[in-house]
Amino acid sequence: MQSNTNSESPSSISAEARLEYTLQLADDALIIGHRLSEWCGHGPILEQDIALTNTALDHLGRARSLYQYAAEQFNNLPADAKSKFFTSIALQQLIASGSSIGEDDLASLRDGWDYRNALLLEQPNIDWAYTVARSFFYDSFNFLYFKQLSVSTDATLAAIAAKSLKEVTYHLRWSKEWVIRLGDGTEESHSRMQTAVNDLWMYTGELLSPNNTAQQTGVDSAALKQPWTDIITDVFKEADLKLPAGTWMQEGGRNGRHTEHLGYILAELQFMQRAYPGMEW
Amino acid sequence: MTVHSFQEHFDSLIDNDIAIEPKDWMPDDYRKTLIRQISQHAHSEIIGMLPEGNWITRAPSLRRKAVLLAKVQDEAGHGLYLYSAAETLGVSRDELYDQLHSGKAKYSSIFNYPTLTWADMGAIGWLVDGAAIMNQVPLCRTSYGPYARAMVRVCKEESFHQRQGFEIMLTLAKGTEVQKKMAQDAFNRWWWPSLMMFGPPDAESPHTAQSVRWRIKRLTNDELRQKFVDVTVEQAKVLGLDIPDKDLKWNEARGHFDFGAINWEEFKNVVKGNGPCNKQRLDTRRKAWEEGQWVRDAAQAHAQKRKEKMASAA
Amino acid sequence: MEKEITNKNEWPLWEVFIRSKAGLDHKHAGSLHASDAEMAIENARDVYTRRMEGVSIWVVESKNIHASDPGDASSLYEPATDKIYRHPTFYNLPDEVKYM
Repeated sequence: MQSNTNSESPSSISAEARLEYTLQLADDALIIGHRLSEWCGHGPILEQDIALTNTALDHLGRARSLYQYAAEQFNNLPADAKSKFFTSIALQQLIASGSSIGEDDLASLRDGWDYRNALLLEQPNIDWAYTVARSFFYDSFNFLYFKQLSVSTDATLAAIAAKSLKEVTYHLRWSKEWVIRLGDGTEESHSRMQTAVNDLWMYTGELLSPNNTAQQTGVDSAALKQPWTDIITDVFKEADLKLPAGTWMQEGGRNGRHTEHLGYILAELQFMQRAYPGMEW
Repeated sequence: MTVHSFQEHFDSLIDNDIAIEPKDWMPDDYRKTLIRQISQHAHSEIIGMLPEGNWITRAPSLRRKAVLLAKVQDEAGHGLYLYSAAETLGVSRDELYDQLHSGKAKYSSIFNYPTLTWADMGAIGWLVDGAAIMNQVPLCRTSYGPYARAMVRVCKEESFHQRQGFEIMLTLAKGTEVQKKMAQDAFNRWWWPSLMMFGPPDAESPHTAQSVRWRIKRLTNDELRQKFVDVTVEQAKVLGLDIPDKDLKWNEARGHFDFGAINWEEFKNVVKGNGPCNKQRLDTRRKAWEEGQWVRDAAQAHAQKRKEKMASAA
Repeated sequence: MEKEITNKNEWPLWEVFIRSKAGLDHKHAGSLHASDAEMAIENARDVYTRRMEGVSIWVVESKNIHASDPGDASSLYEPATDKIYRHPTFYNLPDEVKYM
């Protein structure tokens, strides 16, 4: 891939790189939305069941906008680039047949190694504390990230981010309050919350890892590290939680190298489209 | 007022279609019947989330996934509105949950049937929600104010549920052979249980007469069932599905469809706990509730701490 | 409340009032459970405004609502029924007078 790194203009980004980046943002949204949707009907109290589902719907809505944008980008690629972009047999067949692809093809027919979501987001729900910790780490990141993305040089991404920022602001309010409630609740909730935070901590580094395309379109991930750490530190202080000492961070999601959990998510998420290919639902 | 005149006053309110409100005097049996009916209804919404929730992670498209998720969430909302209505009668939501979890309380037994394919999402929306709406619309004018108001909200939200179900069925019916098969298979499995949703025949329904008198119910089980059959048969024609009832035929004299005998033995057994999913559904709900206990406790404890902190700061 | 519900493990009950659009009164929407006022507002947002039903929310713990007794209805409200002179239709105006 050739790219002119001297220029800041969006045209200097290769079409493939832009598409990959769009998919990364979409995959984050879909996978966290999927995880949160697993709570529907199983929450600790009706009111919170409903609250969490609202959030899942926000993520799902964002995923759809982003996949639609990604599909549009993909369909505009030259034939040669198209045939090389995805490796799954299902998608290759579809592309070879000359059909254009849509949001559902991207969600349902890509293999795990083409998924670019952060590892944090595919981690299982386990309990309310893990769910809250995962959301809090992601929401606080998203809040800062989408502020920058909303002024991206990519107008479509900027528009999606601007809409999402309102949602994310509420998500962060919800997860932050729950971190505090559980951290400063009962002895049991405190210990569960601390355990969840400790276990998920090593997946947080990946959120802030730099991405060239992001950089070129106006999001500086590295610059988010301090404000993100500040949010976490402040909330943990109020929640009486210890910031984990570990500095080793697990990465790989951005390059399609996942934990075992993603395979099971995709097995469910892709089941219908894979078992009954090419049908309208 | 003496009890006698309380009763007269209550009767005159009912007769004049004036709503009974929480603080009004009401006969004990009226209160008990309402608590039973409203909480059964609420439990049905909550248990009803499970068979459909089953398919949220497997929905065939992102659009369907969003719709299904929103729909199942609405059911949580409906459960909440109804529990709230029951709470105005002096019973707590926790008590009602205890009754559900201990197996003492009943819920609509249709949710004890399994959802085996995606087409079941269509069949449930179309048939089960269709039947539910038919039951519920008259309840928007039920005599107890908080119940009627909850039902108005429920019916308003419910209107998209049946449509999305029918749309799923229509897409399948217009689809490939395997999709048609899926639709017919789901229809075969859900048709009879849907007819059972209206409850036992009037002759065997112990509470109907009193409930109609109190305007807690506005139409009898059999009246509603007939209405449902008449409407649904026409809709099945649009879908090109076969009604799994060889006795179904138009009766010119009655102006209604005649339909075959319902297997009330099966109904009684499913109500009693012998349905394919009774245990599974209750276990799932109990598990969610028990595993949520520490979360609810934590929130309480935190609220208490905050209150104390604010008091000592003041 | 008909009788005080004392379940110490249950989150308190709140009454929710929603302003559907600017310029209108807050109207009772229903009730819900929440551990504190902040959560009650958020739960109200999540439960009662999913279909754009509101622009502003009030919550009040149900136990803090004081209600009139229906048994007093005749003494409270019936004395107003014969004060028809409080209503504009009580007064006869010549047809020539408009906009009054």
